[in-house]
Amino acid sequence: MALDDLHANFLTTQLEKVVNWARYRSTWPATFGLACCAIEMMATGAAHYDLSRFGMEVFRASPRQADLMIVAGRVSQKMAPVLRQVYDQMPEPKWVISMGACASTGGIFNNYAIVQGVDQIVPVDVYAPGCPPGPETLMNAILTLHDQIKSSEILKREPAAS
Amino acid sequence: MFLPGETHRVELTRERGIVTDVPEGTEENLSAPEDETMIINMGPQHPSTHGVLRLMLELDGEEILRVKPVIGYLHTGMEKTAEELLYIQGSTNVTRMDYMNPLGNELCFSLAVERLLGIEVPERAQAIRVLMAELCRINSHLVWFATSGMDLGATTVMIHGLRERELILRFFEKTSGLRMNCDYVRPGGVAADLPDGWVEDVAEIIEVIPRRLHESRDLLDDNPIFQKRMRGVGILTRDEAIALGATGPILRATGLAWDIRKAFPYSGYDRYEFDIPTQEGCDAWSRYQVRVAEVNESARIIRQVIETMPPGDYRVQDRKVTPPPRHRIDVSMEALIHHFKLFTEGFKVPAGETYVAIESPKGELGCYLVSDGVPPAYRQHTRGLCFYHVHAMPSMMVGGLVADAVVVIASADPVLGEVDR
Repeated sequence: MALDDLHANFLTTQLEKVVNWARYRSTWPATFGLACCAIEMMATGAAHYDLSRFGMEVFRASPRQADLMIVAGRVSQKMAPVLRQVYDQMPEPKWVISMGACASTGGIFNNYAIVQGVDQIVPVDVYAPGCPPGPETLMNAILTLHDQIKSSEILKREPAAS
Repeated sequence: MFLPGETHRVELTRERGIVTDVPEGTEENLSAPEDETMIINMGPQHPSTHGVLRLMLELDGEEILRVKPVIGYLHTGMEKTAEELLYIQGSTNVTRMDYMNPLGNELCFSLAVERLLGIEVPERAQAIRVLMAELCRINSHLVWFATSGMDLGATTVMIHGLRERELILRFFEKTSGLRMNCDYVRPGGVAADLPDGWVEDVAEIIEVIPRRLHESRDLLDDNPIFQKRMRGVGILTRDEAIALGATGPILRATGLAWDIRKAFPYSGYDRYEFDIPTQEGCDAWSRYQVRVAEVNESARIIRQVIETMPPGDYRVQDRKVTPPPRHRIDVSMEALIHHFKLFTEGFKVPAGETYVAIESPKGELGCYLVSDGVPPAYRQHTRGLCFYHVHAMPSMMVGGLVADAVVVIASADPVLGEVDR
């Protein structure tokens, strides 16, 4: 390949922007549906709301292939270690959306069985309110996360605290 | 099918697959068993377990020798929470059990409270309840259709099922303000009257959905792969189904026309004409046929509800049970007091106990309620029908192939929110 072609066929940009662009345009979520919110998460991925517009319709069954964990639903004490394990299995960089009141704060279930906020187990980037949040709310949370990823510094992201 | 007697501890540890359960210093032999079987773990985070169900499968090659369902990963303590909530708040709690059938859960709870109170809701409220319950049935079967299709690799029907469901959810949102977990059916009636234009909305739903479902069925019914995976898989005979407490489409797929709506009519179901679809196959294919036929029957009931919707109140006009209309609060001191007392103390339910069962989309949903006379219920127990279906899964799976386990889970249609509560 000769250098002669180069006057027409290249762009200049910053590495960070390219990397962030690639990351936010293909944020693949892990399937982590727990309760009612999971149904709304499925509805978001299906025809009417069409999550694939944002390059994220591929819900990965394996956490090894996922970048984003949408904790959709109430997290029980028994599920908490499983959730953490799935989170640990995801490769860096990874993000977490806490979907719904139960995942964010325990919701109406302030009792012995439910973890009062998934942020006690994993670091959460975006909280989506609602019980359950409608697909619009989830998409808003996702777009907020995209903004965060877009403006993040790729060299400075610290690994999640354990 | 089930292990007789006690399971040895070593065996248990081997099954659980986690060594963390064994206290330090235990010298027992945890090495691999001598036989050629393999125990694998499916779930709780698995895309085709319809939630957080965990199954332990003992396999000989591809054949399933034993199955142990492990539940509790979504245990929410709802029955305990119900002991802290007023009866007027109870619907909010129970609606989150079976999240495919939120209004059915509320209906069951409300019927139990009303039976203890000894009140009869107005005819219009009953008709609205039937309308919403049947819409929920269609909704539930559509989600079943979608997710089961996805489990078998038919992603198109998943897209179709969830697309059709949006019509119903939009109507729920218009009526109650929420797409799911509506908290619309409450003790004493329903929360609000149907919105303007509900006839057109519902008429569109029952015109569009059966037609489109028929189109989607064309993709599956003659599909040889789908047929081979469904026919003769997950056999549960009638005797087994009755012995294990399975109800709903699973029981009706064994040829027994058992439906609470016909057997013990509630909410005025005896006013409507409908049939109970049954099949004789006892397998996953029959359950599929039953569910699809039930969608058509539900549409038939809804059509009758539209035609015969009676005028009148949408809740009982008993100020000790339902709040006064908003405009009365501004002009009537008594109404203000009633409103205040109702939402702070709640209403009192006479001491006693009752059990009410309804036909949810998946089977017999029951609510057992004990009142000691003061507002928070003394005990509220739900007959979570999916629990029985999970319990019946080993009988359906044993002897089959491991790939059929997915079909069995799909055909049993468990909702783990209700199993674990």
